Amino acid sequence: MPKDVTDVICPFCGTLCDDLIVTVSDDNKTILGVKNACAIGAEKFNHQRLPGRVQRPRMRQADGSYKEITYDEAIDWTANLLVKSRKTLMYGWASTSCQAMSIGHEIAEKVGGIVDNCATVCHGSSLIAIEDVGVPSCTLGEVKNRADRVIFWGCNPAHAHPRHMSRYSIFPRGFFTVKGHKGRKIYCVDCRYTDTAKCADEFIQVQQGYDYELLNAFRTAVRGEALPDFVGGVPKEKIQAMADDLKSARFGIIFFGMGLTHTMGRNHNIDIAINLTRDMNDHTKFAIMAMRGHWNVTGSGQVLGWQYGFPYAVDLSRRDQARHQTGETTSVDLLNRNEVEACFYIATDPGAHFPVDAMISSSRKPTVTVDPHINCTTEISDIHIPVAMVGVEVGGCAYRMDNVPIETRKVVDPPEGMLTDEELLTKINTRVDELLAKGGA
Amino acid sequence: MNTVTLTVKNTPELFLECENVNPDAFAGKKAADIAKLGAFQGKEITTLGDYFTIAGEAGATAADTKIVINGDCTKMKYIGAKMNAGEVIVNSTCDMYTGSWMSGGKLLVKGNVHSFCGLAMKGGEFTIEGNAGNYLGAAYRGDWRGMSGGVLRVKGNAGSDVGTFMIGGEMIIEGDVDIHLGTHMEGGRIIVKGNANRRVGGQVVKGEIYIFGKINVMMPGYKQVGEVSLDVDGTKAKFAEYIGDIGERHPKRKGETVYGKLYMKQ
Repeated sequence: MPKDVTDVICPFCGTLCDDLIVTVSDDNKTILGVKNACAIGAEKFNHQRLPGRVQRPRMRQADGSYKEITYDEAIDWTANLLVKSRKTLMYGWASTSCQAMSIGHEIAEKVGGIVDNCATVCHGSSLIAIEDVGVPSCTLGEVKNRADRVIFWGCNPAHAHPRHMSRYSIFPRGFFTVKGHKGRKIYCVDCRYTDTAKCADEFIQVQQGYDYELLNAFRTAVRGEALPDFVGGVPKEKIQAMADDLKSARFGIIFFGMGLTHTMGRNHNIDIAINLTRDMNDHTKFAIMAMRGHWNVTGSGQVLGWQYGFPYAVDLSRRDQARHQTGETTSVDLLNRNEVEACFYIATDPGAHFPVDAMISSSRKPTVTVDPHINCTTEISDIHIPVAMVGVEVGGCAYRMDNVPIETRKVVDPPEGMLTDEELLTKINTRVDELLAKGGA
Repeated sequence: MNTVTLTVKNTPELFLECENVNPDAFAGKKAADIAKLGAFQGKEITTLGDYFTIAGEAGATAADTKIVINGDCTKMKYIGAKMNAGEVIVNSTCDMYTGSWMSGGKLLVKGNVHSFCGLAMKGGEFTIEGNAGNYLGAAYRGDWRGMSGGVLRVKGNAGSDVGTFMIGGEMIIEGDVDIHLGTHMEGGRIIVKGNANRRVGGQVVKGEIYIFGKINVMMPGYKQVGEVSLDVDGTKAKFAEYIGDIGERHPKRKGETVYGKLYMKQ
């Protein structure tokens, strides 16, 4: 008799929807259906039962094919690689649990690795801005219950965070927002008319690469100073009217995405948006939030943050100190400059997201990939170690985009004999200890 | 002043961290002792002697020590970083953090430097004969105190984010600069003899920026207040005077609001 598992946490994007219902076969091995999830989230669960899933580690052979090996062989090979390499990039972590991360960081400390997560090609620039000027933020619950002005700047949740708008930002009725959508005014600032823009009450089309200037104009307008006739293609009357309307809000929130973090100026765009938020707090209550994408990437930032003081690109190669410099210790720069000797990828697919040059550089180095799936990165790796899917086959702590930790749930059993990230990393850690006790590899 | 000459004999495979290549670390040491100072390549700890041939001996103090480096230093970081006195001449291009946190002495690079050079520089003279990368004279990540003193001169061009969070000192760039010049500046002066790309003086609280060439796009938060005749680094000319960034917070002094100043050569 199939059974329903309720209140399941979705393991796909940073929204971490916590109301999924998953139907599971009575032997606890197969997922039969997923309710409440968006199309992408449902697919994450459906993957679990797809045929052809890799169940044991594989090692690249001289002819380029993969041959199955045992977990012990894979663990030994990986530990030897980590101990030998003078500088190892340990990238990924976004689709695993915080518990697994902390074990990974312990290994990185011992072998002098550089720990980086997907923020490096995503919201890393937001994190730099937060390092520079701080961040007045809030939780998504506050947005749902209080926000009456919502600005989506350079982000498109209609596609990237499909349930964000219905759960938190546009449609839900909250404690002080009983009228739901009707009680909120939605602005969308983007250089394209996106599907999110279609849901907005007002769309402000900014010329590509002029976000910094436009945000500067908003700050100037909020202070009641004169503006040039047009800024980034937006007339000054429109800027002034929007600035005045935002001042009249009870609670305003700015959500921003890749449109700010990966256009000209990067961290500076976020920096000035944060400063606009700060200025708005002279008039009303205002907050700002990054639309974090990759599931538990926020958790990786949190764990690195409390362990080493930096949220990503943490260089532990000098052992006695943690260093962090975007442009130096970030994955793409390390690969492009050939500053690392080996790569250890876990729970993320850099092959699909990094610039081609970086991946060409990576493909020339010994590489280990730990991932439940076959992906672009496993295609250029020397070893592929499959693990149980976190949030589906094993639980663990994950952080939502508003930095709220949520304990995820196990829904089904992993395939027979398959290790979880935590188990695998613990074994690698033990093997690294043994090798170091013997005086190296 | 005693001179120590370093000649590169082995190029590092990865990048070498040379924070011991500065007069303070060399002071009072003979060539053999200098060769024993640490150099770092990832987690591997080596010595300067593994990468350089060392000739001459250092003076008794940093101020009496001059270091001349020959050979290819393209993969060497932290040369002259944290130096307090003395002189360093590098006859090569250098990598990151060259001359960062220096507080005195003279550093001359007869080539280009990569990013993060002259970070949070406090004093001394730092001259780059080639081009500089990004974050020249800026603050370290998360710090709000960039370059605070000394003179930093680039004879070529500089990259983006030059002088971010600068609070004092003087920076002269004889060529062009890329985007984000002097962002968050709270003091000091930046002179650009070429063109500046965009976003000049964004979020500036205090300080002066002089541009001899053109700015591609002016920030909306700047307002022209007049024209002045000035002598800037040996050039006498008329400059249009702007105040800003009006969108940023500004302190008051004797009842008057203090703004950042931007001067454009006419």
